[in-house]
Amino acid sequence: MPTFGLCDCNNFYVSCERVFDPKLNGRPVVVLSNNDGCVIARSEEAKALGLEMGDPAFKVRPVLTRHKVAVLSSNYTLYGDMSRRVTDVLRELAPRVDPYSIDESFLELDGVDLTTNWARRLRATVRAWTGIPVCVGIAPTKTLAKVANKLAKREPRLRGVLDLATHPEHVDPALQTVPVGKVWGIGPASAAKLAPLGVATALDLRRADPKQVRSVLGVVGARVAYELRGESCLPLELAPQPRKSVVSSRSFGRPVTAEDEVREAVAYHVGIAARKLRRQGSVAGVMTVFFHTSRFREGGTSHAPHATVPLTVPSADTVELTRLAGRAVGSAFRAGHEYVKAGVMMDDLCAASGAQAGLFDDVDRGRSTQLMGVLDEINDRLGDGTLRVAASGLGREWAARAARRSPRYTTRWADLATVRG
Amino acid sequence: MLLRNDAPRPAAPDPPPLPLPLFLVRVAAGFPSPAEDYVEGQLDLNDLCVRRPAATFFVRATGDSMRDAGISPGDLLVVDRSVRPANGLIVIAAVDGELCVKLFSRRPDGVYLLPANDAYPPIAVGEGAALEVWGVVTWVIHKCVAV
Repeated sequence: MPTFGLCDCNNFYVSCERVFDPKLNGRPVVVLSNNDGCVIARSEEAKALGLEMGDPAFKVRPVLTRHKVAVLSSNYTLYGDMSRRVTDVLRELAPRVDPYSIDESFLELDGVDLTTNWARRLRATVRAWTGIPVCVGIAPTKTLAKVANKLAKREPRLRGVLDLATHPEHVDPALQTVPVGKVWGIGPASAAKLAPLGVATALDLRRADPKQVRSVLGVVGARVAYELRGESCLPLELAPQPRKSVVSSRSFGRPVTAEDEVREAVAYHVGIAARKLRRQGSVAGVMTVFFHTSRFREGGTSHAPHATVPLTVPSADTVELTRLAGRAVGSAFRAGHEYVKAGVMMDDLCAASGAQAGLFDDVDRGRSTQLMGVLDEINDRLGDGTLRVAASGLGREWAARAARRSPRYTTRWADLATVRG
Repeated sequence: MLLRNDAPRPAAPDPPPLPLPLFLVRVAAGFPSPAEDYVEGQLDLNDLCVRRPAATFFVRATGDSMRDAGISPGDLLVVDRSVRPANGLIVIAAVDGELCVKLFSRRPDGVYLLPANDAYPPIAVGEGAALEVWGVVTWVIHKCVAV
């Protein structure tokens, strides 16, 4: 019987910053998007102040000032490197790890002895070795693992871990507390279609007649119901995308050693991911290119680079993304390894119509729009302040963007954290 | 084995590869040279200093409270977060929000962070103080010459 885990990082960007600046612990902290436009990460303390994801920075400035909230510009180089570290630690401890977004990964745990608090030890190890706090959900299917992870995060008494595989008696009580619309793969529209069947919670869906579910939601919805019953039928390729990221990756048919073959595979995944973005009307603020060898746990040559490319102008343009991804492969590739898998992750998605054009953008966005159907407008969602800057601004205004980005602590010698001796 | 169409074919279809040992000694017509027994790779500091890349971080030291332990201002410290703190090890610790480098000392009456310089006081980690051991210093890299 298969067993799956979902491990995701708590408030990932904030947590990365806190590793290198412990003064941020216990304080309200927010991280702003590219060009310091809007809030893309919050600490628990900032959430308690009512700050929401996507809040435009200028709009919440009074709250930030009044409560002395620490404000940081996004540091994707750092977050990408820390994401790689977390994934590498998971690879040491679990037989198989599938990154799902920049801060969450699915684990395949067949053959792992989950008794003796395996999940709790995993969480403690990631925390010790990287400084990043994570929550872990474990269950016989990915969908249940997602539920377990969500509860592990939500319920303080669970202390970040819920293992439904070792404790199947907790499945029903857990599912009862989850509204069906919050189940992975069931959105508000599907929840509305399930309501006449008397299905309001995840437990109701688990207990519902799968044929009835299928007649109302189709095979996709039926799959969710089976997964909730403990029958794994959802390969990662068919899994719903996380709302906040898009990922495309696949194992190679045979090990790959040549750089141009890796580049080609990555280009293929960029195409898939970009098309998914456009189809959902999103653009991405950061792209992570990754590829890795298989013999990670046994020693021998292993190489699992993660190259994170911040997109100063959020994009879903296949041509531009492929060019950037190709460069990333070039810098990360090392000869002499047998790579078995490659992929790309697009994170920090926002609505395509809301994308802010950069002043020194060198891509012909108009043509890109025609080619790709991506709207290129000044973001009126960011308000009057932004319009004024774009019209009048260069130099000082432009330089003020990303004004509070922390140092690249792990990728630049000049940016190392200092320790007082 | 030659068959009717004269093309040599393997005995089994799709034979598995047979790894053959690679001899690193060039065998000349005469006796092998004793000097050519091994060809080795180059030495890489990463292999020496970085045991677990995912948990290894580099930080820069300031100040002189660890002078007698061989840490000078500006030195590069290799820090491994996967090594458990133990008596006598040099650790990085977050003390009241600041990262410091000190000697870890676990005594019957509690944990202390000790300097390696008489001019500095030991830090007693009492119940109230906020201590988190950030990692263990495994290597100190000191640059001798301005390059």
